[in-house]
Amino acid sequence: MQAHESRPQTILLPVKPAFIAFTLVAALLANLLPWSGWLLAIKPDFVALILLHWCILQPRRVGFTVAMMLGLAMDVADGSLFGQHALAYSVLAFAGIVLHRRVLSFTMKEQILQVIPLLLANDIIVLIIRKLGGAEFPGITYFFGSLIAGALWIPLCRLLKLPQMPRPDPDHV
Amino acid sequence: MEYTPPPLFNRGPTPLIRLLLCSLLSIGLLIADARLQYLDNVRQIVAVAVYPLQRLAGTPAAIFERIGDFFVTQSRLHNENTRLAEQNLRNAAQLRQFEALSAENAHLRDLLATRQRFPAGTMAAEVLYTGRDPFSRRVIIDKGLQADVKAGQPVIDEIGVIGQVTRVYPWLSEVTLLTDKDQVVPVQNLRNGIRAVIGGTGSDGELELKFIPLNADFQNGDQLVTSGIDAVYPPGLPVAQVTNVERNAAYMFARITCKPLAGVSSHTQVLVVNWGSQAPERPAQNEPAAGKKRRRGS
Repeated sequence: MQAHESRPQTILLPVKPAFIAFTLVAALLANLLPWSGWLLAIKPDFVALILLHWCILQPRRVGFTVAMMLGLAMDVADGSLFGQHALAYSVLAFAGIVLHRRVLSFTMKEQILQVIPLLLANDIIVLIIRKLGGAEFPGITYFFGSLIAGALWIPLCRLLKLPQMPRPDPDHV
Repeated sequence: MEYTPPPLFNRGPTPLIRLLLCSLLSIGLLIADARLQYLDNVRQIVAVAVYPLQRLAGTPAAIFERIGDFFVTQSRLHNENTRLAEQNLRNAAQLRQFEALSAENAHLRDLLATRQRFPAGTMAAEVLYTGRDPFSRRVIIDKGLQADVKAGQPVIDEIGVIGQVTRVYPWLSEVTLLTDKDQVVPVQNLRNGIRAVIGGTGSDGELELKFIPLNADFQNGDQLVTSGIDAVYPPGLPVAQVTNVERNAAYMFARITCKPLAGVSSHTQVLVVNWGSQAPERPAQNEPAAGKKRRRGS
Protein backbone atom coordinates (compact mmCIF):
# COMPACT_ATOMS: atom_id res chain seq x y z
CA MET A 1 0.00 0.00 0.00
CA GLN A 2 3.05 2.27 -0.31
CA ALA A 3 1.77 4.02 -3.34
CA HIS A 4 -1.42 4.97 -1.60
CA GLU A 5 0.30 6.15 1.54
CA SER A 6 2.62 8.49 -0.32
CA ARG A 7 -0.19 10.80 -1.39
CA PRO A 8 -3.13 12.24 0.54
CA GLN A 9 -6.07 9.89 0.25
CA THR A 10 -9.60 11.10 -0.19
CA ILE A 11 -12.36 9.15 1.49
CA LEU A 12 -14.63 8.05 -1.31
CA LEU A 13 -18.39 7.92 -1.15
CA PRO A 14 -19.97 4.47 -1.56
CA VAL A 15 -20.77 3.45 -5.13
CA LYS A 16 -24.40 3.51 -6.12
CA PRO A 17 -25.51 0.15 -7.59
CA ALA A 18 -27.44 2.08 -10.22
CA PHE A 19 -24.16 3.65 -11.38
CA ILE A 20 -22.52 0.23 -11.71
CA ALA A 21 -25.49 -1.03 -13.73
CA PHE A 22 -25.36 2.11 -15.88
CA THR A 23 -21.65 1.68 -16.70
CA LEU A 24 -22.12 -2.00 -17.54
CA VAL A 25 -25.02 -1.26 -19.90
CA ALA A 26 -22.98 1.56 -21.44
CA ALA A 27 -20.12 -0.91 -22.00
CA LEU A 28 -22.51 -3.33 -23.68
CA LEU A 29 -23.73 -0.46 -25.85
CA ALA A 30 -20.15 0.46 -26.76
CA ASN A 31 -19.52 -3.13 -27.81
CA LEU A 32 -22.64 -3.09 -29.97
CA LEU A 33 -21.67 0.08 -31.89
CA PRO A 34 -21.31 -0.61 -35.60
CA TRP A 35 -17.52 -1.03 -35.59
CA SER A 36 -15.89 -1.92 -38.86
CA GLY A 37 -12.55 -2.14 -40.60
CA TRP A 38 -9.36 -1.59 -38.62
CA LEU A 39 -11.30 -0.05 -35.74
CA LEU A 40 -13.03 -3.39 -35.30
CA ALA A 41 -9.67 -5.13 -35.28
CA ILE A 42 -8.33 -3.07 -32.41
CA LYS A 43 -11.62 -2.59 -30.56
CA PRO A 44 -11.22 -3.45 -26.89
CA ASP A 45 -13.90 -5.59 -25.30
CA PHE A 46 -15.48 -2.83 -23.22
CA VAL A 47 -17.72 -5.22 -21.32
CA ALA A 48 -14.74 -7.30 -20.20
CA LEU A 49 -12.85 -4.17 -19.19
CA ILE A 50 -15.65 -2.57 -17.15
CA LEU A 51 -16.62 -5.91 -15.62
CA LEU A 52 -13.04 -6.48 -14.53
CA HIS A 53 -12.86 -2.96 -13.13
CA TRP A 54 -15.91 -3.49 -10.94
CA CYS A 55 -14.86 -7.01 -9.92
CA ILE A 56 -11.57 -5.57 -8.67
CA LEU A 57 -12.99 -2.46 -7.00
CA GLN A 58 -16.33 -3.83 -5.79
CA PRO A 59 -15.92 -7.59 -5.52
CA ARG A 60 -18.92 -7.91 -3.24
CA ARG A 61 -21.29 -6.05 -5.56
CA VAL A 62 -20.35 -7.35 -8.99
CA GLY A 63 -19.66 -10.99 -9.59
CA PHE A 64 -20.63 -14.12 -11.40
CA THR A 65 -24.34 -13.44 -11.96
CA VAL A 66 -23.60 -10.16 -13.70
CA ALA A 67 -20.78 -11.77 -15.69
CA MET A 68 -23.01 -14.59 -16.90
CA MET A 69 -25.83 -12.25 -17.90
CA LEU A 70 -23.52 -9.91 -19.82
CA GLY A 71 -21.88 -12.92 -21.46
CA LEU A 72 -25.19 -14.30 -22.69
CA ALA A 73 -26.19 -10.87 -24.02
CA MET A 74 -22.87 -10.62 -25.90
CA ASP A 75 -23.28 -14.13 -27.31
CA VAL A 76 -26.67 -13.29 -28.76
CA ALA A 77 -25.58 -9.90 -30.09
CA ASP A 78 -22.49 -11.41 -31.73
CA GLY A 79 -24.35 -14.45 -32.98
CA SER A 80 -21.58 -16.60 -31.57
CA LEU A 81 -21.92 -19.88 -29.71
CA PHE A 82 -24.24 -19.60 -26.74
CA GLY A 83 -22.12 -19.61 -23.59
CA GLN A 84 -18.67 -18.74 -24.93
CA HIS A 85 -18.64 -15.18 -23.59
CA ALA A 86 -20.50 -16.32 -20.48
CA LEU A 87 -17.69 -18.75 -19.70
CA ALA A 88 -14.94 -16.25 -20.49
CA TYR A 89 -16.54 -13.49 -18.40
CA SER A 90 -17.11 -15.87 -15.48
CA VAL A 91 -13.42 -16.73 -15.43
CA LEU A 92 -12.59 -13.04 -15.71
CA ALA A 93 -14.89 -12.23 -12.78
CA PHE A 94 -13.26 -15.00 -10.76
CA ALA A 95 -9.79 -13.66 -11.50
CA GLY A 96 -10.89 -10.13 -10.62
CA ILE A 97 -12.49 -11.17 -7.34
CA VAL A 98 -9.67 -13.42 -6.22
CA LEU A 99 -6.89 -11.03 -7.22
CA HIS A 100 -8.52 -7.73 -6.25
CA ARG A 101 -6.36 -7.12 -3.17
CA ARG A 102 -3.20 -7.90 -5.13
CA VAL A 103 -4.07 -5.64 -8.07
CA LEU A 104 -5.08 -2.73 -5.84
CA SER A 105 -1.79 -2.88 -3.96
CA PHE A 106 0.00 -1.64 -7.08
CA THR A 107 0.15 1.88 -8.47
CA MET A 108 -2.10 2.73 -11.39
CA LYS A 109 0.65 2.15 -13.97
CA GLU A 110 1.58 -1.20 -12.49
CA GLN A 111 -2.06 -2.20 -12.40
CA ILE A 112 -2.08 -2.08 -16.21
CA LEU A 113 0.42 -4.92 -16.28
CA GLN A 114 -1.83 -6.88 -13.93
CA VAL A 115 -4.95 -6.24 -15.97
CA ILE A 116 -3.67 -7.00 -19.47
CA PRO A 117 -2.90 -10.69 -18.77
CA LEU A 118 -6.39 -11.15 -17.32
CA LEU A 119 -7.97 -9.66 -20.45
CA LEU A 120 -5.69 -11.76 -22.67
CA ALA A 121 -6.78 -14.85 -20.73
CA ASN A 122 -10.36 -13.83 -21.48
CA ASP A 123 -9.50 -13.68 -25.21
CA ILE A 124 -7.70 -17.00 -25.09
CA ILE A 125 -10.71 -18.76 -23.54
CA VAL A 126 -12.91 -17.52 -26.38
CA LEU A 127 -10.20 -18.55 -28.85
CA ILE A 128 -10.00 -22.08 -27.42
CA ILE A 129 -13.78 -22.52 -27.54
CA ARG A 130 -13.89 -21.35 -31.15
CA LYS A 131 -10.93 -23.56 -32.11
CA LEU A 132 -12.79 -26.54 -30.65
CA GLY A 133 -15.77 -25.44 -32.72
CA GLY A 134 -13.61 -25.62 -35.86
CA ALA A 135 -12.88 -21.93 -36.49
CA GLU A 136 -9.63 -20.54 -37.87
CA PHE A 137 -7.29 -18.38 -35.77
CA PRO A 138 -8.18 -14.84 -36.86
CA GLY A 139 -4.61 -13.58 -36.67
CA ILE A 140 -2.49 -11.84 -34.10
CA THR A 141 -4.59 -8.65 -34.36
CA TYR A 142 -7.16 -10.56 -32.32
CA PHE A 143 -5.16 -9.75 -29.17
CA PHE A 144 -4.65 -6.04 -29.91
CA GLY A 145 -7.99 -5.14 -28.35
CA SER A 146 -6.85 -6.27 -24.94
CA LEU A 147 -3.66 -4.22 -25.16
CA ILE A 148 -5.72 -1.14 -26.05
CA ALA A 149 -8.02 -1.98 -23.14
CA GLY A 150 -4.96 -2.01 -20.87
CA ALA A 151 -4.07 1.48 -22.10
CA LEU A 152 -7.61 2.61 -21.24
CA TRP A 153 -7.34 1.31 -17.67
CA ILE A 154 -6.05 4.51 -16.00
CA PRO A 155 -8.46 6.99 -17.64
CA LEU A 156 -11.28 4.54 -17.02
CA CYS A 157 -10.49 4.23 -13.31
CA ARG A 158 -10.33 8.01 -12.98
CA LEU A 159 -13.61 8.43 -14.82
CA LEU A 160 -15.50 5.79 -12.87
CA LYS A 161 -14.26 7.20 -9.59
CA LEU A 162 -15.67 10.68 -10.26
CA PRO A 163 -19.16 10.03 -8.83
CA GLN A 164 -17.50 8.74 -5.65
CA MET A 165 -15.57 11.93 -5.00
CA PRO A 166 -16.85 13.70 -1.87
CA ARG A 167 -18.78 16.90 -2.54
CA PRO A 168 -16.95 20.06 -1.52
CA ASP A 169 -18.07 21.06 1.93
CA PRO A 170 -19.35 24.68 1.88
CA ASP A 171 -18.42 25.14 5.56
CA HIS A 172 -14.87 24.03 5.00
CA VAL A 173 -12.42 26.87 4.49
CA MET B 1 -11.00 1.75 -1.13
CA GLU B 2 -14.01 1.27 1.04
CA TYR B 3 -15.59 -2.06 1.78
CA THR B 4 -18.78 -2.96 3.49
CA PRO B 5 -17.65 -5.30 6.25
CA PRO B 6 -18.58 -8.84 5.26
CA PRO B 7 -21.20 -10.57 7.37
CA LEU B 8 -18.99 -12.93 9.32
CA PHE B 9 -20.74 -16.22 8.95
CA ASN B 10 -22.75 -15.88 5.78
CA ARG B 11 -20.60 -15.18 2.73
CA GLY B 12 -22.18 -17.73 0.45
CA PRO B 13 -20.15 -20.19 -1.58
CA THR B 14 -16.49 -19.37 -2.20
CA PRO B 15 -15.53 -17.80 -5.54
CA LEU B 16 -14.03 -21.10 -6.67
CA ILE B 17 -17.30 -22.96 -6.15
CA ARG B 18 -19.17 -20.17 -7.93
CA LEU B 19 -16.68 -20.28 -10.80
CA LEU B 20 -17.14 -24.04 -11.13
CA LEU B 21 -20.92 -23.66 -11.16
CA CYS B 22 -20.79 -20.90 -13.77
CA SER B 23 -18.30 -22.81 -15.91
CA LEU B 24 -20.41 -25.95 -15.83
CA LEU B 25 -23.48 -23.93 -16.77
CA SER B 26 -21.62 -22.20 -19.62
CA ILE B 27 -20.15 -25.43 -20.93
CA GLY B 28 -23.60 -27.01 -20.71
CA LEU B 29 -24.98 -24.12 -22.75
CA LEU B 30 -22.13 -24.44 -25.27
CA ILE B 31 -22.78 -28.13 -25.79
CA ALA B 32 -26.54 -27.69 -25.93
CA ASP B 33 -26.09 -24.97 -28.55
CA ALA B 34 -23.31 -26.41 -30.68
CA ARG B 35 -24.20 -30.10 -30.66
CA LEU B 36 -27.88 -30.38 -29.86
CA GLN B 37 -29.36 -27.06 -31.13
CA TYR B 38 -31.69 -26.93 -28.13
CA LEU B 39 -31.33 -23.27 -27.38
CA ASP B 40 -32.98 -21.48 -30.26
CA ASN B 41 -35.88 -20.38 -28.07
CA VAL B 42 -33.61 -19.07 -25.32
CA ARG B 43 -31.62 -17.20 -27.95
CA GLN B 44 -34.81 -15.61 -29.28
CA ILE B 45 -35.77 -14.44 -25.80
CA VAL B 46 -32.36 -12.91 -25.07
CA ALA B 47 -32.41 -11.39 -28.56
CA VAL B 48 -35.61 -9.52 -27.73
CA ALA B 49 -33.96 -8.14 -24.60
CA VAL B 50 -30.81 -7.05 -26.48
CA TYR B 51 -32.66 -5.64 -29.50
CA PRO B 52 -33.27 -2.10 -28.09
CA LEU B 53 -29.55 -1.81 -27.26
CA GLN B 54 -28.62 -2.95 -30.75
CA ARG B 55 -30.86 -0.34 -32.35
CA LEU B 56 -29.67 2.33 -29.93
CA ALA B 57 -26.03 1.53 -30.72
CA GLY B 58 -26.75 1.96 -34.43
CA THR B 59 -28.34 5.37 -33.97
CA PRO B 60 -25.26 7.69 -33.81
CA ALA B 61 -23.89 6.37 -37.09
CA ALA B 62 -27.29 6.75 -38.73
CA ILE B 63 -27.58 10.34 -37.50
CA PHE B 64 -24.12 11.23 -38.82
CA GLU B 65 -25.01 9.70 -42.15
CA ARG B 66 -28.21 11.72 -42.32
CA ILE B 67 -26.38 14.94 -41.47
CA GLY B 68 -23.84 14.12 -44.18
CA ASP B 69 -26.65 13.58 -46.68
CA PHE B 70 -28.13 16.96 -45.82
CA PHE B 71 -25.02 18.81 -46.91
CA VAL B 72 -24.74 17.20 -50.32
CA THR B 73 -23.79 19.87 -52.81
CA GLN B 74 -26.17 20.95 -55.52
CA SER B 75 -23.71 20.17 -58.31
CA ARG B 76 -23.27 16.65 -57.08
CA LEU B 77 -27.01 16.17 -57.05
CA HIS B 78 -27.22 17.57 -60.56
CA ASN B 79 -24.46 15.27 -61.82
CA GLU B 80 -26.06 12.31 -60.18
CA ASN B 81 -29.41 13.21 -61.66
CA THR B 82 -28.00 13.38 -65.20
CA ARG B 83 -26.16 10.13 -64.73
CA LEU B 84 -29.25 8.39 -63.39
CA ALA B 85 -31.41 9.73 -66.22
CA GLU B 86 -28.93 8.35 -68.75
CA GLN B 87 -28.77 5.06 -66.97
CA ASN B 88 -32.53 4.93 -66.78
CA LEU B 89 -32.77 5.36 -70.53
CA ARG B 90 -30.27 2.60 -71.12
CA ASN B 91 -32.01 0.34 -68.62
CA ALA B 92 -35.39 1.00 -70.19
CA ALA B 93 -34.10 -0.21 -73.54
CA GLN B 94 -32.58 -3.27 -71.95
CA LEU B 95 -35.73 -3.93 -69.96
CA ARG B 96 -37.85 -3.95 -73.09
CA GLN B 97 -35.44 -6.40 -74.63
CA PHE B 98 -35.50 -8.47 -71.48
CA GLU B 99 -39.28 -8.58 -71.43
CA ALA B 100 -39.38 -9.72 -75.01
CA LEU B 101 -36.73 -12.34 -74.33
CA SER B 102 -38.38 -13.66 -71.19
CA ALA B 103 -41.71 -13.91 -73.01
CA GLU B 104 -40.00 -15.79 -75.79
CA ASN B 105 -38.17 -17.96 -73.28
CA ALA B 106 -41.41 -18.78 -71.45
CA HIS B 107 -43.01 -19.70 -74.73
CA LEU B 108 -40.14 -21.96 -75.69
CA ARG B 109 -40.14 -23.60 -72.28
CA ASP B 110 -43.85 -24.20 -72.58
CA LEU B 111 -43.25 -25.78 -75.93
CA LEU B 112 -40.57 -28.01 -74.49
CA ALA B 113 -42.82 -28.78 -71.50
CA THR B 114 -39.92 -28.14 -69.19
CA ARG B 115 -40.23 -27.02 -65.66
CA GLN B 116 -41.09 -23.35 -65.49
CA ARG B 117 -38.62 -21.31 -63.54
CA PHE B 118 -40.58 -19.00 -61.31
CA PRO B 119 -39.28 -15.47 -61.00
CA ALA B 120 -37.64 -15.12 -57.63
CA GLY B 121 -39.25 -12.63 -55.26
CA THR B 122 -36.92 -10.32 -53.41
CA MET B 123 -37.15 -8.19 -50.32
CA ALA B 124 -34.92 -5.20 -49.67
CA ALA B 125 -33.12 -5.09 -46.35
CA GLU B 126 -30.51 -2.87 -44.81
CA VAL B 127 -27.25 -3.99 -43.24
CA LEU B 128 -27.28 -2.72 -39.66
CA TYR B 129 -23.75 -3.67 -38.73
CA THR B 130 -21.08 -6.19 -39.52
CA GLY B 131 -20.67 -9.05 -37.07
CA ARG B 132 -18.06 -8.38 -34.43
CA ASP B 133 -17.16 -12.02 -34.02
CA PRO B 134 -13.60 -12.16 -35.43
CA PHE B 135 -13.96 -15.88 -36.16
CA SER B 136 -16.73 -15.60 -38.72
CA ARG B 137 -17.88 -13.31 -41.52
CA ARG B 138 -21.40 -12.16 -40.84
CA VAL B 139 -23.59 -9.11 -41.16
CA ILE B 140 -26.82 -8.30 -39.38
CA ILE B 141 -29.73 -7.06 -41.49
CA ASP B 142 -32.85 -5.28 -40.32
CA LYS B 143 -35.47 -7.82 -41.43
CA GLY B 144 -36.40 -10.84 -39.34
CA LEU B 145 -39.26 -13.15 -38.48
CA GLN B 146 -41.65 -10.19 -38.63
CA ALA B 147 -40.81 -9.72 -42.30
CA ASP B 148 -41.08 -13.46 -42.90
CA VAL B 149 -37.37 -14.04 -43.47
CA LYS B 150 -36.41 -17.69 -43.22
CA ALA B 151 -33.06 -19.22 -42.44
CA GLY B 152 -31.46 -20.50 -45.62
CA GLN B 153 -32.60 -17.74 -47.96
CA PRO B 154 -29.89 -16.39 -50.25
CA VAL B 155 -28.93 -12.72 -49.95
CA ILE B 156 -27.75 -10.76 -53.00
CA ASP B 157 -26.82 -7.23 -53.92
CA GLU B 158 -27.14 -5.60 -57.32
CA ILE B 159 -24.19 -7.56 -58.68
CA GLY B 160 -24.48 -11.04 -57.25
CA VAL B 161 -24.60 -13.34 -54.26
CA ILE B 162 -23.21 -12.05 -50.98
CA GLY B 163 -24.32 -14.79 -48.61
CA GLN B 164 -27.13 -16.65 -46.95
CA VAL B 165 -29.45 -16.02 -43.99
CA THR B 166 -28.32 -18.35 -41.24
CA ARG B 167 -30.21 -17.26 -38.18
CA VAL B 168 -33.45 -15.32 -37.82
CA TYR B 169 -34.41 -13.20 -34.83
CA PRO B 170 -37.74 -11.44 -34.36
CA TRP B 171 -36.63 -8.20 -36.02
CA LEU B 172 -33.12 -8.98 -37.26
CA SER B 173 -31.38 -11.73 -39.18
CA GLU B 174 -27.84 -12.89 -39.43
CA VAL B 175 -26.36 -13.26 -42.89
CA THR B 176 -23.29 -15.43 -43.26
CA LEU B 177 -21.13 -13.95 -46.01
CA LEU B 178 -19.57 -15.94 -48.84
CA THR B 179 -16.15 -15.34 -47.31
CA ASP B 180 -17.02 -17.20 -44.09
CA LYS B 181 -15.02 -20.36 -43.72
CA ASP B 182 -18.10 -22.58 -43.36
CA GLN B 183 -20.14 -21.03 -46.15
CA VAL B 184 -20.38 -23.13 -49.30
CA VAL B 185 -22.17 -22.36 -52.56
CA PRO B 186 -22.63 -24.67 -55.56
CA VAL B 187 -21.50 -22.86 -58.68
CA GLN B 188 -20.81 -23.50 -62.31
CA ASN B 189 -18.31 -22.06 -64.70
CA LEU B 190 -20.04 -19.70 -67.09
CA ARG B 191 -17.56 -20.50 -69.88
CA ASN B 192 -17.90 -24.26 -70.03
CA GLY B 193 -20.59 -25.24 -67.52
CA ILE B 194 -18.31 -27.22 -65.18
CA ARG B 195 -20.00 -27.52 -61.80
CA ALA B 196 -18.06 -26.95 -58.61
CA VAL B 197 -18.42 -25.96 -55.02
CA ILE B 198 -17.04 -22.66 -53.81
CA GLY B 199 -16.33 -21.81 -50.20
CA GLY B 200 -14.89 -19.00 -48.16
CA THR B 201 -11.38 -19.02 -46.77
CA GLY B 202 -12.13 -16.86 -43.74
CA SER B 203 -10.19 -13.89 -45.10
CA ASP B 204 -11.77 -10.90 -46.79
CA GLY B 205 -12.13 -10.91 -50.54
CA GLU B 206 -10.95 -14.46 -51.13
CA LEU B 207 -12.88 -17.58 -52.05
CA GLU B 208 -11.68 -21.01 -52.98
CA LEU B 209 -13.00 -23.66 -55.32
CA LYS B 210 -12.98 -26.94 -53.46
CA PHE B 211 -12.04 -30.43 -54.64
CA ILE B 212 -11.31 -29.57 -58.27
CA PRO B 213 -9.17 -32.16 -60.09
CA LEU B 214 -5.84 -30.94 -61.42
CA ASN B 215 -6.85 -31.23 -65.05
CA ALA B 216 -10.19 -29.43 -64.77
CA ASP B 217 -10.64 -26.60 -67.22
CA PHE B 218 -10.52 -23.46 -65.10
CA GLN B 219 -8.69 -20.32 -66.20
CA ASN B 220 -8.00 -16.93 -64.72
CA GLY B 221 -10.92 -14.62 -65.32
CA ASP B 222 -13.55 -17.35 -65.54
CA GLN B 223 -16.83 -16.19 -64.14
CA LEU B 224 -18.68 -18.47 -61.73
CA VAL B 225 -22.45 -18.33 -61.30
CA THR B 226 -24.78 -20.28 -59.02
CA SER B 227 -25.77 -23.56 -60.59
CA GLY B 228 -29.12 -23.84 -58.85
CA ILE B 229 -28.87 -27.60 -58.34
CA ASP B 230 -29.08 -27.13 -54.56
CA ALA B 231 -32.58 -25.58 -54.78
CA VAL B 232 -31.34 -22.88 -52.38
CA TYR B 233 -29.72 -20.36 -54.69
CA PRO B 234 -31.58 -19.46 -57.89
CA PRO B 235 -29.45 -20.44 -60.89
CA GLY B 236 -27.41 -17.88 -62.78
CA LEU B 237 -26.50 -15.41 -60.04
CA PRO B 238 -22.91 -14.18 -60.38
CA VAL B 239 -20.74 -15.35 -57.47
CA ALA B 240 -17.05 -15.01 -58.14
CA GLN B 241 -14.26 -14.66 -60.65
CA VAL B 242 -11.23 -16.92 -60.80
CA THR B 243 -8.09 -14.97 -59.95
CA ASN B 244 -5.45 -17.63 -59.61
CA VAL B 245 -5.13 -21.27 -60.62
CA GLU B 246 -2.34 -23.26 -59.05
CA ARG B 247 -1.80 -26.81 -60.27
CA ASN B 248 0.72 -28.65 -58.17
CA ALA B 249 1.11 -32.36 -58.93
CA ALA B 250 2.01 -32.98 -55.30
CA TYR B 251 -1.59 -32.36 -54.27
CA MET B 252 -4.72 -34.16 -55.32
CA PHE B 253 -6.68 -31.03 -56.09
CA ALA B 254 -5.94 -27.81 -57.90
CA ARG B 255 -5.84 -24.71 -55.74
CA ILE B 256 -8.14 -22.21 -57.37
CA THR B 257 -8.65 -18.89 -55.65
CA CYS B 258 -11.40 -16.52 -56.66
CA LYS B 259 -12.61 -13.12 -55.67
CA PRO B 260 -16.26 -12.47 -54.94
CA LEU B 261 -17.98 -10.32 -57.55
CA ALA B 262 -20.57 -8.75 -55.30
CA GLY B 263 -19.47 -6.21 -52.70
CA VAL B 264 -19.34 -8.81 -49.96
CA SER B 265 -17.83 -6.49 -47.39
CA SER B 266 -19.10 -3.13 -48.62
CA HIS B 267 -22.83 -2.71 -48.89
CA THR B 268 -25.67 -1.22 -46.98
CA GLN B 269 -28.62 -2.32 -49.08
CA VAL B 270 -29.14 -5.97 -49.88
CA LEU B 271 -31.92 -8.16 -51.25
CA VAL B 272 -33.18 -11.28 -49.54
CA VAL B 273 -34.26 -13.70 -52.24
CA ASN B 274 -37.44 -15.64 -51.66
CA TRP B 275 -36.98 -18.39 -54.16
CA GLY B 276 -39.21 -20.89 -52.41
CA SER B 277 -38.25 -24.50 -52.11
CA GLN B 278 -38.35 -25.81 -55.61
CA ALA B 279 -36.26 -28.83 -54.90
CA PRO B 280 -36.35 -31.01 -57.98
CA GLU B 281 -37.83 -34.43 -57.52
CA ARG B 282 -35.43 -37.09 -56.41
CA PRO B 283 -33.89 -38.95 -59.29
CA ALA B 284 -35.36 -42.39 -59.92
CA GLN B 285 -32.23 -44.39 -59.15
CA ASN B 286 -32.84 -43.97 -55.42
CA GLU B 287 -35.86 -46.24 -55.50
CA PRO B 288 -34.14 -49.60 -55.97
CA ALA B 289 -31.91 -48.82 -52.99
CA ALA B 290 -34.95 -48.06 -50.85
CA GLY B 291 -36.59 -51.27 -52.02
CA LYS B 292 -33.49 -53.25 -51.11
CA LYS B 293 -33.47 -51.77 -47.66
CA ARG B 294 -37.10 -52.63 -47.16
CA ARG B 295 -36.47 -56.18 -48.20
CA ARG B 296 -33.54 -56.45 -45.86
CA GLY B 297 -35.67 -55.11 -43.02
CA SER B 298 -38.47 -57.65 -43.55
